[in-house]
Parts: sequence; C-alpha cells; structure tokens
Amino acid sequence: MNGKDEEELAQLMRTAIAGDERAYGEFLQRASRLVRGLARRKAGQGGIDPEDIVQETLLAVHTKRHTWRTDKPITPWLYAIARYKLIDAFRRRGRRVEVEIGEIADVFATPEPETVSDREIGRALEMLAPGQRSVVAAISVDGRSIGETARSLNMTETAVRVALHRGLAAIAKRFGRN
Amino acid sequence: MDTNELIKALAADTQPRKPSLSTTWRSAVAIAIAAAAIVFFVTLGPRLDIAAAAETIRFLFKFVVTVVLAASAFIAAQALSRPGSAWRRALPYLAAAPVLLVLAIILELFALPPATWSARLIGTNSMVCLTFIPLIGIGPLAIFLMVLRHGAPTSPALAGAVAGLLAGGIAATFYAAHCTDDSPLFVATWYTIAVSILAVIGALAASRLARW
Repeated sequence: MNGKDEEELAQLMRTAIAGDERAYGEFLQRASRLVRGLARRKAGQGGIDPEDIVQETLLAVHTKRHTWRTDKPITPWLYAIARYKLIDAFRRRGRRVEVEIGEIADVFATPEPETVSDREIGRALEMLAPGQRSVVAAISVDGRSIGETARSLNMTETAVRVALHRGLAAIAKRFGRN
Repeated sequence: MDTNELIKALAADTQPRKPSLSTTWRSAVAIAIAAAAIVFFVTLGPRLDIAAAAETIRFLFKFVVTVVLAASAFIAAQALSRPGSAWRRALPYLAAAPVLLVLAIILELFALPPATWSARLIGTNSMVCLTFIPLIGIGPLAIFLMVLRHGAPTSPALAGAVAGLLAGGIAATFYAAHCTDDSPLFVATWYTIAVSILAVIGALAASRLARW
C-alpha cells in the first residue's frame, strides 16, 4: 500500500459517496483484497474462515461509511474496521466453543457438508424475511440489476431498493451472531 | 453467497448517506445540553445568592473544571467513535480537569487552616450532588450512547465511559450553579464520585449497545 494506492482508494470512495455505483463496486473490490491479506495472516490459527472476516468487514464498511471523514486517509479507517471484526470473530469463537462442548452429540449426529453456503453470510441470508431474501439473492447471486429484479419479482424499483437496503442492514446486524 | 456476490448487492444499495458523525455529535451535544437544562431548572435551579457567588473565585473555578472536563471528553468521545482515528492522542486531554483540581486542592490547603479541611470536604450537599449530577446527566448519556451506535467505536466500553464523562461534565456544570459547596475539596470528592457513576453506566451500556 503506497500513497498513490491510498489516494486512489480514497478518491473511489469519494466518487462512490457522490452516488457512483460503479466506483463503489470498484472500491469494495479493492478493499476486499486489502482486507483478505490481513485476514489470511491473522485468522488462520483461530479456525476462522478469513473470507468470513472479509465479508463481515465489507458489510461494516457499507453500514458505517458515514464514519469516514472524506478529508482523511481511508486505509487506516478500513484496517481499523477489519481489525475490530477480526477481534470480534475471535471473541465470538471463544464463546461458541464453550457452547459446542455441551452439544457435541448433536454435532456428530448431523455432520454438515462443507459448502460455500456454509459461510456465515449464507446463514444470515437464509434468516431474512422471504421478500428481502429473494431481492438480495437476485441482485447478488443472480447478478441482476435493480430494474431487472423489479420486473422479475413484480415489484417497483423503489420497493426493491428498500428491500435490498433493509435486507443488507439485517444481514450486517445478524452476521455471525446466529 | 461469495464475496463478489456480496459486493454486487452492496454496490446496488445506493441509499442516501447517513448524516456525518461530526454533524451528529454537534447536534447531540446541543440536544443534551438542552435536556440537562430542563431537568436542572425543573428540579433544582440556581442558588439564590448566585450573583454574589459569581464574584468568588471558588465558585467560578467549579465551572472551569466542569467545562474543561466536558470539552476534553467531547474531543475524546468523537475520536473514539470513529475507526482509524488517533484516539489515543485524544485521551491525554482528559487529564486536564483532574490536574486543575489537584492544583486547586493544593492552593486550598494552603489557604485554609487544617481544622476546617474536613468540614469543607464533607460540605452540606454531598447527597444532593451524588443524586442530581447522575440524574441531570442520564438523559445526555442516553443521547451520547445513541451517537455511539450511529458511529463505529472500536473500543465500545471505553467510548461509553468517555461518553459518561461528557454527560457528567455537562451535568456537573449545571449542578455547580446550584451547589453552595464551592471548595475544591468538595468538588474533587463528590463531583468525582457522581461523574464516575455516569462513566461506569456509560461503559456498561456501551459494551452492550454500541457493538456493531
């Protein structure tokens, strides 16, 4: 990470805040690569999936983007969020391990296959209300636009935007807590 | 859902940006001061001899301490609510009010004969002080906890404690206009305990409410 990368990343976020969806997507892609490096170095030893940290950080970046001061460097802000999410994941893991000792019989009875949807965000998505879930899934998994999603689900674009916004907020809130 | 899919969903979510944290903090402090003022004027009100008191250095010094506490806590609370800010550099400001108090105590001990020290320390209003500073400050503290939820404190308990100091500084500023015990010995003892109550409540509440 040098000064030029930092300035490009900050500029992408400033453009995104001004309403540029494409700049925001590009910002999130670059941010995810930076966070992935940190998460892979730190998360491995704790039995934590680094990609869970990446996704949880992106959700927090999204819901807390108003806490970045646009005249300040963005990487310290990004890394502080990632570090907080990493510490939080370790803290939760510690607590969950205790819970699992009592439930070890159940774990043996129903072994779950390792799949992509086994990611924590997959579980958080499944807990959404059906309307929000189908909107979030159409835009993320199926890669549809707001307009296409509105037509295929027979909703207005405004309703799609609201369902997406609330669905993502609910995922961010629930992520890792189920 | 893989990370690229998540990014698509996040990028499509172009809801208007929430109000900036600096704006929120400033409005919150204004509302908190108004809330504290209402509780203060309804329950206590200023002391009757306030005009005469305003000409004594001990009375005025109380406001120096409480306002300095509130101002330093405001700086630290803002930094603590923002990821990646250099909040460790804001924490030393919090020492300003205690240092002022210690200096005032030293002067007070020189000024007063030792026989009167304990009477000045105990005063006549200690229970009123312990009741009303937390009572006036609890509304402002609730407002500041909501700001912490709006923000993103990476040390929620510490941020909550400093929010308690800010609420305590505001509450103590109002309370100081009522209290007739002006000795720094009284202020250092009872105001400190009363403000600490708010700081502890703030830390406990924020470690639950301000996680994100």
